[in-house]
Amino acid sequence: MNFDLTEDQTLLVDTVREFVKKESPVERMRKLRSSELGWDKAVWKKMGELGWLGVMFPESVGGAGMTFVEAGLIVQELGTTLVPEPIIPLFVAGSAIAEAGSAEQQARFLAPSVAGDQSLAFAFLEEQSRHDPHSVRTHAHPAGAGYRLRGKKRWVLSGHAADAIVVSARSSGDEASADGLSLFVVDRSLPGVSVQPVATMDGQKAALLELADVEVGADRLLGGVGKAGPLLSALMDLGAAATVCEASGILQTVLWMTRNYLMERKQFNVAIGSFQALQHRTVDMFVETELAKSVAMLAMIKAQDPDAGERRRAISAAKASIIESGAFVTRQGIQLHGGIGVTDEHDVGLYFKRMHILATLFGDDAFHLARYASLPSFSANV
Amino acid sequence: MDLSFSPEELAFRDEVRAWIKSALPPHLAAKAEMDAEFTHAEVMSWHKILAGKGWAAPHWPKEVGGTGWDASRRFLFSEELELAGTPRLSPFGLAMVGPLMIQFGNDAQKKRYLPKILSGEEVWCQGYSEPNAGSDLASLALRAEDKGDHFILNGQKTWTTYAQYADWIFVLARTNAEAKKKQEGISFILCEMKSPGVTAKPFLTTGGTPAFCETWFENVRVPKENLVGELNQGWTYAKALLGHERTLVAGIGISARALLRAKRIARDTLAGGRPLLDDPVIRTRIATLEVRLDALRMANYRALAGAKLGHAPGPESSILKLRGTEIQQGCMDLLMFLMGDNSLSWFNEPGVVPPREQWVAPGFNYLRAATIYAGSNEIQKNIIAKMILGLP
Repeated sequence: MNFDLTEDQTLLVDTVREFVKKESPVERMRKLRSSELGWDKAVWKKMGELGWLGVMFPESVGGAGMTFVEAGLIVQELGTTLVPEPIIPLFVAGSAIAEAGSAEQQARFLAPSVAGDQSLAFAFLEEQSRHDPHSVRTHAHPAGAGYRLRGKKRWVLSGHAADAIVVSARSSGDEASADGLSLFVVDRSLPGVSVQPVATMDGQKAALLELADVEVGADRLLGGVGKAGPLLSALMDLGAAATVCEASGILQTVLWMTRNYLMERKQFNVAIGSFQALQHRTVDMFVETELAKSVAMLAMIKAQDPDAGERRRAISAAKASIIESGAFVTRQGIQLHGGIGVTDEHDVGLYFKRMHILATLFGDDAFHLARYASLPSFSANV
Repeated sequence: MDLSFSPEELAFRDEVRAWIKSALPPHLAAKAEMDAEFTHAEVMSWHKILAGKGWAAPHWPKEVGGTGWDASRRFLFSEELELAGTPRLSPFGLAMVGPLMIQFGNDAQKKRYLPKILSGEEVWCQGYSEPNAGSDLASLALRAEDKGDHFILNGQKTWTTYAQYADWIFVLARTNAEAKKKQEGISFILCEMKSPGVTAKPFLTTGGTPAFCETWFENVRVPKENLVGELNQGWTYAKALLGHERTLVAGIGISARALLRAKRIARDTLAGGRPLLDDPVIRTRIATLEVRLDALRMANYRALAGAKLGHAPGPESSILKLRGTEIQQGCMDLLMFLMGDNSLSWFNEPGVVPPREQWVAPGFNYLRAATIYAGSNEIQKNIIAKMILGLP
């Protein structure tokens, strides 16, 4: 057992911290949120050059061949200043390609994003799916040598900007079956693809995606047809793990931002941080933040566990726990700031909003608690 | 990052588990199975079995009868005992005065007291709190008057757990009323319970059992050799002890066992003809607590890994007592909820409620003490606010 970072990991974290502090304070995200893209392609390119985008992908696509631990460490640091570049969609969609794609597909669809020249999105949510990655109505019918895709996807993160989108579609089985699901890489520019950009509460953007009989070649299918059920589950866990890591970064910032405010703000001629009621509330925030850091490590370590049961148990525990921590810390962060905390000009509200997005994406607390309680591990030895 | 225990550590855990299974006498195992409260005599009989194995004080240095295990092994050992529901040994000798004496006592004291603490031959209790010195412990008033070759003790201690069974008490006593700071006039003194003038009277706790006492000292004569360390340095020693074994204070095994107990009660309780445990709402309610325990377990592992590598205790270790005791109480709340109408029961004959439910209500009551003893959680928060958050 050892949670110390290796030399490489320490170097990586230090580099991201330096970037966050010097080049991407929250003001950058603030400016970008009113732009059409919502993030910055030059920064994305730089992230590619620094090796962050490919950190968990194989060297054959230009990646660093490391694991999700390193990816999680990056995401956690980027969370501290709400860096808006779409790295979570890349890690999830990219993993689909890295796991199921051929060498040729990896080179074609993943390498450009690893280099920071393109970006990827992951389209798995539908109107009825309610966090379940296997609830898919979008259909894939064989057509000629390829497939014809028809259906609608919702809340495709950064889908408004992605060059290619990894889409789940069903070729057989009923609506919630894990069997009969496939993953396709769909270019945004293909005929029949329509992308409606929509705003998300955190100042970022997503897409409502419609596929109206989009013809794709067999070269767009990742892995075997109808075989993507287990991979979709794994991608869901990877995405959930990434949201846990980002949330951990967010909570650390909100805790110390609030603590600093309590030192500065004077009422009754003293710093309000001298009041025991507020001290104890801040300590409660500290406890939750330490638990958040702890489950972020759990998520990093278990996100790619080949034992699916253990992976699900750990990721669901981490996600459900950090949702409770996140709700508490960001709400109390606003509360202890008083009126200024409810203004758009103060940063604490931005963190509150992003925390909500992270809490909901890749499964909310109800979803993860129910899943956790349905696993064999929950009933073991009873 | 590596979350797993090593193969050697896991083999050690299996060895401990197997040993407990074979060493726990059947009548204690039967009580453990229903999570009953053990009598003092039962606790001491288990103490002696552990001592016979050389496992009564895993955290002591090997020279004085400890095991030499590292932090991970001590955690695993403690967790196995907790998971098996074995009697919890009294901490006052093994975890408090023993380590304090090892660190600050003289050779004669170590030789005289440590072996009997280890063997369980002598039982200890703690004289810290007083009626007017609770969270503000340094304002304690028990007086130890210097009479040349002995002290005379006068005053009162309270919440002295197991004083009614103890052979010895260690007290913080005021030896200099004129000291500039009240912390500077306090000494750490050992006193035999059978000394003339010592009276202990148990309280009945809300849990329906006598756990802690009020203890009076009336002109009690204590030889000078019973002073541990230097005169007026007692506060420093007591504070040094606070950080002791902090990686074990979360009670992870206690709560893990309580959750298992909850699931078993839910499995055996029918609602609408079906086990409660089949109800998704009930399962989610249990899971809500279990994932928080998973999170705390990770924080505990972080503290453990740090301790093994010789790091100073990190911020995560300060949350272990705070959140650990809250979760322990949460488990009792959950058990009472699962029992439904059966939770009305109070010390009835066997058979009124199922055996597994018999001891829930007393524990539910007594465990309210967990967030109060060993420094109330509010005091813990004051310390974190100042020491870690740097608030004024």
